Amino acid sequence: MHGIDFDIAHLLAGSLVLVSFMMLYQDRLYALLNIYALHAVVLSLSVGWQAHIQDAPHLFITASIALLFKAIFIPIVLHRMIVKLGIHREIEAVGSIGLTMLVGIGLVGLSLAVMLKVTAGADLVAREDIAFALSVVLLGLLIMVTRRNAVSQVVGFMSLENGLVLAATGAKGMPLVVEISVAFSVLIAFIVIGIFLFRIRERFDTVDVRALDRFRGEQR
Amino acid sequence: MPIGILLWCMFALLALALAAICIATRRYATPILYAASALICGVALFTASVNLIAGSPATLAFPLGLPWIGAHFRLDALSSFFLVIVNLGAMAASLYGIGYGQHESAPARVLPFFPAFLAGMNLVLMADDAFTFLLSWEFMSLASWALVMAHHRAPETMRAGYVYILMASAGTFALLLAFGLLAGPDGSYGFAAIRASHPTPLLAALVLLLALVGAGSKAGLVPLHVWLPLAHPAAPSHVSALMSGVMTKVAIYAFIRIVFDLLGPPQWWWGIVVLMLGGASALMGVLYALFQTDLKRVLAYSTIENIGFIFVGLGLALAFRADGFEAAAALALTAALFHAFNHSLLKSLLFFGSGAVLTATGQRDMDALGGLIHRMPITAFAVLAGCFGISALPPFNAFASEWLTFQAILLSPELPQWGLKLVVPAVGALLALSVALAAACFVRLFGITFLGRARTAAVASAHEADKFSLSAMLALATFCLLAGIFPGFVIDAIGPVIQDVIGAHMPTQASVPWLSIVPIAQSRSSYNGLLVFVFIAMSAAMTATAIHILASRKTRRSPIWDGGFPDASPVLQYSANSFAQPIRRVFGAILFRAREEIAMPPPGDMSPARLQIHLQDIIWDVLYVPIASAVGFVADRLNIFQFLTIRRYLSLVFVALVTLLLVLAIWR
Repeated sequence: MHGIDFDIAHLLAGSLVLVSFMMLYQDRLYALLNIYALHAVVLSLSVGWQAHIQDAPHLFITASIALLFKAIFIPIVLHRMIVKLGIHREIEAVGSIGLTMLVGIGLVGLSLAVMLKVTAGADLVAREDIAFALSVVLLGLLIMVTRRNAVSQVVGFMSLENGLVLAATGAKGMPLVVEISVAFSVLIAFIVIGIFLFRIRERFDTVDVRALDRFRGEQR
Repeated sequence: MPIGILLWCMFALLALALAAICIATRRYATPILYAASALICGVALFTASVNLIAGSPATLAFPLGLPWIGAHFRLDALSSFFLVIVNLGAMAASLYGIGYGQHESAPARVLPFFPAFLAGMNLVLMADDAFTFLLSWEFMSLASWALVMAHHRAPETMRAGYVYILMASAGTFALLLAFGLLAGPDGSYGFAAIRASHPTPLLAALVLLLALVGAGSKAGLVPLHVWLPLAHPAAPSHVSALMSGVMTKVAIYAFIRIVFDLLGPPQWWWGIVVLMLGGASALMGVLYALFQTDLKRVLAYSTIENIGFIFVGLGLALAFRADGFEAAAALALTAALFHAFNHSLLKSLLFFGSGAVLTATGQRDMDALGGLIHRMPITAFAVLAGCFGISALPPFNAFASEWLTFQAILLSPELPQWGLKLVVPAVGALLALSVALAAACFVRLFGITFLGRARTAAVASAHEADKFSLSAMLALATFCLLAGIFPGFVIDAIGPVIQDVIGAHMPTQASVPWLSIVPIAQSRSSYNGLLVFVFIAMSAAMTATAIHILASRKTRRSPIWDGGFPDASPVLQYSANSFAQPIRRVFGAILFRAREEIAMPPPGDMSPARLQIHLQDIIWDVLYVPIASAVGFVADRLNIFQFLTIRRYLSLVFVALVTLLLVLAIWR
């Protein structure tokens, strides 16, 4: 499997990592949500391409789930939620952008170093895909760690899930059940965290998680 | 099929435990439940004895437990022998419980756990894979812990329970590691697969040490004994009897199963380790026992001494076996198993006696008792038999087993290694010393508790125990005497076990004329329990008759000397501490840092001066206090991890993940 098939798969997976990097330095919530929608679109393209080259029609379902739920539905709902919470003008301190980007680059290098070594005997497309998927997962974690706002932590978590979906679809013969369960877990997490956000908001008038720490009497 | 019957019995015991949860608070529950468990244990005892004498190994597998392992059970001679010990003790304890349980203040805390505890012990003995073994072992530990905590409001019970559960968890953990090493990288947890594999010498040595920690902590081997004198007295007395007399034997079984059966051929130095630990346990146990005044603690410490004795036998068997002296190894192992059997009978009997005293007087402190032989003559008689037995006086049973141990020790010059040549006689000397001290200890126990005059009013108005308790005690006392008079039959019954484990067995004793036992050869040594018994009985009868005829008809005026009691106060009698004083001064000054101090009242105060005795437990101070403070220190430092923010927890996860990936990237 060489030539244009591999190149396009590689390109799409690489773009996903690139979009993850874009999410890292967004300090406005709207911008972050828009980039997340872009992230989901790239994911669905990538999954769709995998469906095409693996000749696995069920992956198209996964791709459309990604497109409908992650790229359209969830961003719209989160948009509304932000408006409702009245935090759309907030600017979030994400720490030094340069440093975060450097850490992100280090993480991508690490995941490539690990995965290319570990999967030495595997299919070429799967190898590249899994290495990129691990990068996306690590970058998602990095987003969660560097943010204070609960909404952006949710977004970081969902981009992490996108990385998992990428890994799951990159390997041949992964049954549909896996994708569906991943999609549902994102949905459930989204609902739970959404409700959770409103509860925090009701109680503390803010979605800054530092409020929780203050509430526990742990001013740090 | 015996194994099927035994497993049905265990099932019945577990069902009984469930039933007990429902009906424990009813008044009729206590006698019914104990009678039922006595009945079930009786069936199990009969099945196991038949299987011991004429049975072949049988296995049974259930699709329970871990999916690809299941639960395997096996019944061979070794497990049959220990099943006999367990179920004999369990039956006696159940019988005793019918009467003793009536006085229980919180029966709902005892009744459900009692049958569960019995089932746990039995299942350990029948387990044939590591998973089932550890599960049953932990079940046994937790059930006994619940029984220890029956009277949980007393502060010393809470401490006992805490120390016990810590030691039990640590012991199980050591056994878990031992089985993990035995199973090897393939994870073959069945005992049959473990037997077939041969670990490297280093691995085998590690397993030996882990088995010593795991089984030794449950058995009460010094220095892992600390929980035992706390937990055994805290439990209700029939449970104390089970824990001290029977559960320690389950631990011995675990050690034999792992080291003799699963581990393959031993190295000669293994014997030295086991011998030294055994000798230290024997001496330390009896010294501790001598300095206690709590009746049940004396008995608990005496258990440590006897466990030491058994481990010396096991160590000798290991040493002889490593050097290819099969017959001598058979003798040593027979002595160890015989002593395990004897000790289970004797210690159950003595704990029953202390329970009877406790119910009658509400006292466990020897210095508050006294003169009970007048109020509780039958209990006193049974306890006297137990004291004779455990002090290894002929014709009782422990004499025979300890004599066999010494016969094995006397064979040690044949061993080729100088290490063993030197260590074995030294350990033999330790044993001889501890046997003598044990006799002093039990003279003290019986004399202070049952002889003399009552020291408190409650003791003076004590009543004899009920007939169930008495029959349990008398039955055990009879067993002790019979096993002492006819040791040959017990040795022959142990024969198949030794044949299984060592590959040789002692010469059949039933064919020796006049019921003597001859461990090696007639020319070397022999012992005839029956002859000794007849001689003692006849000479005692003749002496009694002579005194009766010659002395008692004369009316005598009592002299002014008053028989050593010029004052009528019972406080002036010999007390438990004063009896132990010479031994405390000789041995306690170094080992226990014993100090005596006279506390004078301040001037003008009319109260009497008091002699105070301070003892320090060096093992506790040197070994356990540093461990406890280290754990406390680390826990304090780690405490902040409980109160981090969400982001910090996320960061921790993130950093851990990245670190692991880095390790993977660098290491591969």
